[in-house]
Amino acid sequence: MVRGLTLLLLFQFCGEFISRMLDLPIPGNVLGMGLLLLGLMTNLVDIKWLEEAAELLLANMALFFVPAGVGVMVYGDLIAAEWLPISVATILSTFVVMAVTGKLAQKLETPEQDDVE
Amino acid sequence: MWSELVVTPLFGVALTLVVYLLAQHLYRRVGSVWANPVLVSIVTIILLLKGSGVEYRDYARGGDIILFLLGPSVVALAVPLYQRREEIWQRKRPILIGIFAGSLASIFSACGLAWILGGSREIILSLAPKSVTTPIAISIVEKIGGVAPLTAAIVVLTGCLGAVCGPEFCRRIGVTSPVATGLAVGTAAHGVGTARMFEVDRLSGAVAGLAIGLNGLMTTFLLPILMAFSGF
Repeated sequence: MVRGLTLLLLFQFCGEFISRMLDLPIPGNVLGMGLLLLGLMTNLVDIKWLEEAAELLLANMALFFVPAGVGVMVYGDLIAAEWLPISVATILSTFVVMAVTGKLAQKLETPEQDDVE
Repeated sequence: MWSELVVTPLFGVALTLVVYLLAQHLYRRVGSVWANPVLVSIVTIILLLKGSGVEYRDYARGGDIILFLLGPSVVALAVPLYQRREEIWQRKRPILIGIFAGSLASIFSACGLAWILGGSREIILSLAPKSVTTPIAISIVEKIGGVAPLTAAIVVLTGCLGAVCGPEFCRRIGVTSPVATGLAVGTAAHGVGTARMFEVDRLSGAVAGLAIGLNGLMTTFLLPILMAFSGF
């Protein structure tokens, strides 16, 4: 458990370090995910060291977003000033993306279905 | 005494955990997607803070401790990706094309709708990276000239919306494969959507996690190019 958490934080740290050093637009945690995947693929990291800690974090990931969401309250006035374009664009666009990505990916995933139909 | 306690990190941590546990309990009882624990917790905590006159920055002392765990959680997304690498690699084409199309669709639909509705240039630019995970969205918006705090708020709201409606919406439009559903929700609703997909299906969660990173990368490179071409 402690070993897994330590590894995750070390990879995040490496990601942060590279992101800052090279002034990359990609944040350290996303870079850390890439580095860890690389470590796993090259067998430098054994998945057994991580499974328990990763499972615990991923199972509760939704909780970690709550404080970020509460932060919205500070920007209430900013949103209220142009609420119509903001709300309509945010809501409709979210559904547009899900429809485009979902439909396209499913179609490309099962091309043989076109012949059946 | 109360005012002394409120400014300790204990207050924010305890409040978040208690509200979240109650929201989870409510979610199981009600069974409606709108009772999503993240959404209910956020709204409840905002109302409680406003009602009791506690400042956000006092809450954040504890809130930031919980938020900190988001970092290693994103790193941990590599674990399910590695575990399902063969299934994912087999579907690399639908995955890459699906995320790329979603990234474009997000930019065009968000900016286009805001433009039609008379949004200011700042608002339109702030909406451009709305489906991208918060840290990447902020760095994008700082480069293209939007309002970073506004983007942060829009990104979180988008995430909640995708997490609440995503799986049900996908089913209704006939998207049933776990990979396509995970991609759709992960591309549209980044981390909040990914957290929801892990509750539904592990493979869906794994590809949703991949979509967070790839959509962030694609949007980072696409937006400046699109802006140069359109002269916006």
